[in-house]
Amino acid sequence: MSIEVEHISKSFGHFKALDDVSLRINDGELVALLGPSGSGKTTLLRIIAGLEAPDQHPHASIRFHSEDVSSRGVGERRVGFVFQHYALFRHMTVFENVAFGLRVRPRRDRPAKEEIRDRVERLLSLVQLQQFSKRYPSQLSGGQRQRVALARALAVEPKVLLLDEPFGALDAKVRQGLRAWLRRLHEEIHITSVLVTHDQEEALEVADRVVVMNNAKIEQEGAPHEVFHQAKTEFVMKFLGQVNVFHGRVRQGKAEIGGLAVDYPSYKDEAARPATVYMRPHEFDIRRKSNGKPSFPARVVRTNSAGAFARVTLQRESGETVIVDLSLEEFNQLALAEGELVHLYPKNARVFIPEVAV
Amino acid sequence: MELALTTTGFEASNWAHARPRLKAATEEKPWVRLACITVTVLFLALLLFVPLASVFAEAFREGVRVYFASFSDRYAIAAIRLTLLAAAISVPLNTAFGLTAAWAITKFQFRGKSLLITLIDLPFAVSPIVSGLIYVLVFGMQGWVGAWLSEHNIQVIFAVPGIVLATVFVTFPFVARELIPLMQEQGTEEEEAATSLGASGWQTFMKVTLPNVKWALLYGVILANARAMGEFGAVAVVSGHLRGKTNTMPLHVETLYNEYNFVAASAVASLLALLGLVTLAIKSAVEWKVRRDYEAAAVSESS
Amino acid sequence: MAKPQGIKRNVLPGFGLTMGYTLLYLSLIVLVPLAALFVKSAGMSGEQFWKAVSNPRVVASYRLTFGASLIAALVNVVFGFVVAWTLVRYRFPGRKLVDALVDLPFALPTAVSGIALTTVYSKHGWIGRYLEPLGIKVAFAPLGITIALVFIGLPFVVRTLEPALSDLERDGEEAAASLGASRWQTFWRVIVPTVLPALLTGFALSFARAIGEYGSVVFIAGNMPMKTEITSLLIVEKLGQHDVAGATAIALVMLLASFVLLLVINGIQHYAGRRYQGAV
Repeated sequence: MSIEVEHISKSFGHFKALDDVSLRINDGELVALLGPSGSGKTTLLRIIAGLEAPDQHPHASIRFHSEDVSSRGVGERRVGFVFQHYALFRHMTVFENVAFGLRVRPRRDRPAKEEIRDRVERLLSLVQLQQFSKRYPSQLSGGQRQRVALARALAVEPKVLLLDEPFGALDAKVRQGLRAWLRRLHEEIHITSVLVTHDQEEALEVADRVVVMNNAKIEQEGAPHEVFHQAKTEFVMKFLGQVNVFHGRVRQGKAEIGGLAVDYPSYKDEAARPATVYMRPHEFDIRRKSNGKPSFPARVVRTNSAGAFARVTLQRESGETVIVDLSLEEFNQLALAEGELVHLYPKNARVFIPEVAV
Repeated sequence: MELALTTTGFEASNWAHARPRLKAATEEKPWVRLACITVTVLFLALLLFVPLASVFAEAFREGVRVYFASFSDRYAIAAIRLTLLAAAISVPLNTAFGLTAAWAITKFQFRGKSLLITLIDLPFAVSPIVSGLIYVLVFGMQGWVGAWLSEHNIQVIFAVPGIVLATVFVTFPFVARELIPLMQEQGTEEEEAATSLGASGWQTFMKVTLPNVKWALLYGVILANARAMGEFGAVAVVSGHLRGKTNTMPLHVETLYNEYNFVAASAVASLLALLGLVTLAIKSAVEWKVRRDYEAAAVSESS
Repeated sequence: MAKPQGIKRNVLPGFGLTMGYTLLYLSLIVLVPLAALFVKSAGMSGEQFWKAVSNPRVVASYRLTFGASLIAALVNVVFGFVVAWTLVRYRFPGRKLVDALVDLPFALPTAVSGIALTTVYSKHGWIGRYLEPLGIKVAFAPLGITIALVFIGLPFVVRTLEPALSDLERDGEEAAASLGASRWQTFWRVIVPTVLPALLTGFALSFARAIGEYGSVVFIAGNMPMKTEITSLLIVEKLGQHDVAGATAIALVMLLASFVLLLVINGIQHYAGRRYQGAV
């Protein structure tokens, strides 16, 4: 089941949570809505679910598989919604929680008792909680509760699964495990899923496609490697992964920062304009001697090789700090000493010219 | 904007403070501790316990037979019946109101919410005599609808309807004020989850909301009931003290007392005192139960 | 008031119905009858009203009611603090029973409290018989009224203070101790200021309850005009004499006093909320 969101806006009083957002989610896809808090991602998810109504707009619509569901309430959209704080019914056992959606159906649609039991048990084994069916939510760990919430959402055989910061309240280790588990689960049941998160690692690892949101708008959408390596906006560049930021200017097809010039063919004008240049830590070479290629000098401040790669912190003459990641091999070969002056060769740089308000 | 005129709020957090053993740095000298405990026990014993005990002592002064004879009196029976009637009408009415108001206030956002909560608490701020008086002003002979009522031969003041109305007024906020803070704290997530799973509004209320607030509801209901059966001032104003007709139990106590029939007055009073004690017992049991549940939840959450 | 902001359709159903019923019931039971008091008073001339609320017998009743309520609330602040402190900080046999006993004045019908106190403090009562030879008259005297008001006001102070005291962070006291403060200094400089809003709220609640109290006072008061007649009783007397206007005028004064106290209490809580929890 595909989801089409068109021209959706939402204001809370004076606060604009969504500003004319349109988005298409394909059948069977797992999409992550990624952004800082207040970017509108949760509001978008809640509007898709029908938990929130969008502002009135002549062209606004929410369609599931081309069918307009805008006027349907949350109970009629057949979505499975997993709440951030689980929202488990605390007075019901795990079994009763999962069975709830089936038991509240009108008698003619309600499955027989045995069937409900079978289905709940199948779901509990899917989320690996068979042995906990008689426990109450308060007797479970956070990760287990989250899995109950997921089983409960799946019990009604939703056509769409919506997850609001599903791992937000869990500690890092549990999160890692659940993330991989969710991905496997998705491979297994292949239900169209939308996941809201502010954790970039989570989004990049789990999702087929990542939608980066900021300030009530979608900044960029694409496969994880696309948004990471081909950031279209400064925000996406800064939000995903670590980055070194340099302030300089552009003119005549070049961006200049300090003594360094980077090609920037799309701006050919004579008149200089301020520009920001971004370089990722792993996109540098470090050399002791200049070899004529564009580079800038910097002094080694600190090195740390406790990890999969080595992190070198350097300082430019102007005082700016630069972070460079080297492979351990390269790092060991160089044998940098703290306080040493070296040359940095950028392998890749992205230049953004701030929009000028006209 | 809340006026805690009856009891402290129901929220589990109020009771949930585990009290760890004191550390040496924040411990008082033994004599200070002993003095505090002594003052507390003596003060409460003299102020609260001794008078309570004296009611029972006075009631049984002339023996068990006289004690029970006080209830077989025709007027006593009528008073007990009227008291039960007033409570049986006012408590369900205010329970229904409390649930309705709590749903509207805690599950939706709207302007003027805190004003509405203050208005619901208002009857707590009005003294009992004034509570009775305002109904005299509406329904009495010189009241707004008094002339119309007497034309149609309907009597409210100095009759049973007035007593019921005054009782409804003084017990008005009890259930609502126990439910509102708790339901506010619980939020709307569970209800949203139920709705997203296809439950109807009524199913959501019955299967999700109500079980979550059942202890607070019980707590509010027993407090409302105690007040309904025990109310004196407001009912005194609208009753007219017609023996066998408009005397509730507390008013009957007063009548007997003013006739210097101390033993019978104390006997009926002891029955009311028993009601108070039972209320206290249920209240303590509910508090204990909720605290235990809350602590159990807290323990398993941290493990 | 009756329209949820921004959203046309709510996720959860029943807003119109429940809000409609809430407002209707609230208006019928509370607002309209209360309005009657104001309308009735507005129907009196200024002079009539002033005469009704300021004749010497009425003024004497104010003095007694407010005076006794003030003293009772002050007594409750002192003893209520000790009781709350003991219940929160110390473990001793029977603590649970003592804890439950504190709520007795809430649960006991006021008429029962009234005759119980009168029985105990009258000339031949369990306590009165020991006070009589010392020349202390309790029942049918202002002292008796004050004791009754202490009785009904105590739970307000204790139950308001208890959560504040158990919320007290131990580390504040430990810090004070580590800085060389004695336990007594810590008490006055750390503990009391922290729970002051709760203490003031408890005081105001106890005072508010006392000025309107009727049932537990009328039996022990003796009800002699100018001497032991409280304002609530005076309203009843006026009604008994079919002086509805006079009763209404005095009732309005009492009601306004309660509203002022209500505002004060809300003010304290608002101030405390801002000051101690910080703006969120």
